[in-house]
Amino acid sequence: MALILIMAAALWGLGHLMDAPRQARWTMIGLLYVAVLAVHVALPQGHPLRAATGGSAGEWLVLGGLLGLVLAYRKGLARVRARVRPENRPAEAQPGTFATGEIDRYARHIVLREIGGVGQKRLKEASVLVVGAGGLGSPAMLYLAAAGVGTIGVVDDDDVEGTNLQRQVIHTDARIGKPKVFSAVDGMRAVNPHVTARPYRRRLDAEAAADLVGAYDLVLDGCDNFETRYLVNRACAEAGVPLIGAALSQWEGQLSTYAPAAGTPCYECIFPSAPAAGLAPSCAEAGVLGPLPGVVGSMMAVEAIKELTGAGEGLRGRLLIYDALYGETRTIALKRRPDCPVCGDRPAPA
Amino acid sequence: MKITVNGEQREVAGPTLTDALDELGYGGARVATALNEGFVPVPARGETALSDGDRLEILAPRQGG
Repeated sequence: MALILIMAAALWGLGHLMDAPRQARWTMIGLLYVAVLAVHVALPQGHPLRAATGGSAGEWLVLGGLLGLVLAYRKGLARVRARVRPENRPAEAQPGTFATGEIDRYARHIVLREIGGVGQKRLKEASVLVVGAGGLGSPAMLYLAAAGVGTIGVVDDDDVEGTNLQRQVIHTDARIGKPKVFSAVDGMRAVNPHVTARPYRRRLDAEAAADLVGAYDLVLDGCDNFETRYLVNRACAEAGVPLIGAALSQWEGQLSTYAPAAGTPCYECIFPSAPAAGLAPSCAEAGVLGPLPGVVGSMMAVEAIKELTGAGEGLRGRLLIYDALYGETRTIALKRRPDCPVCGDRPAPA
Repeated sequence: MKITVNGEQREVAGPTLTDALDELGYGGARVATALNEGFVPVPARGETALSDGDRLEILAPRQGG
């Protein structure tokens, strides 16, 4: 029996050397198998050729049967795979290339002169880290995923709670109790299965922030505490990664893009120190209008797409204030602080 | 003098931004300030004189997300 198997292997190897197609090589091995079976059926018991090829046809039939089973299983699997609807197929493994149907999906972007095919490809190749899967992170992630940003990471250590659902629209009632990052990944994949979504279920510390931030092209900060805001700002400044930071409470939101590596101010230039505890209440303490993070988080997504594609004029060096109660937006020009402990030493580019 | 503070008309004596912040009840508060849409860092507030019709924005940092 070993002799025949060696012959089959030799046929395969020879075929490989001769660049014969796989199908031809399998045909040759199939012919060998049929010949061996024929020898066992045609020749009498004890014939030297029969003895040299294993002694009985039974073993060969079992081997053939096993091979047949494997082939049938593979064929069945391929048929099931082919029947999966395009929208349910897993995202293309190759980063930066569009899967079938993706060009159609982004058609309304591609016709925009400021984005076009080039900009859409930049989005596909880009990676964005979203800090906080809350009110601001929810719409930002949904829009970034829908817009076709290739890789979206999300950091948060909370679980979805009922009180979140008034404004954190990426989460659902059915996902109460689930870690927010996993719920957010579910939400993004439901919108666009072509996005690579990476959940990080943890609270950021300085070391983790430095590691994570450095692996992304752009960071969006929509977290819910000052400590994390200063941490993310410092990590972004050190890694030279631009940061789109937004914050809100009650009826008012603030938004800016901090890019000290490009000579514009960082978060700490503008807000050198956090207010004493109690003076800047959290959403839980002071309340927040449900759609307010929807407006400001969507603005973060707008600014992110502009940063990544280079379209228009971003919010570097400007801070936008949205006052929902009076329906007003105001923009103020920001200046770097030469003595800023985070970015002060950095010389502005000429 | 009459100035606009966060979109609202207010009457302040001044003459500097630091004085106006004290008058408006923000003395010692950790806020960012912008005069006529331009950011004024903390150390410059004492030397920044206000004049009638100025637009002052007092920004309390927000932490919510």
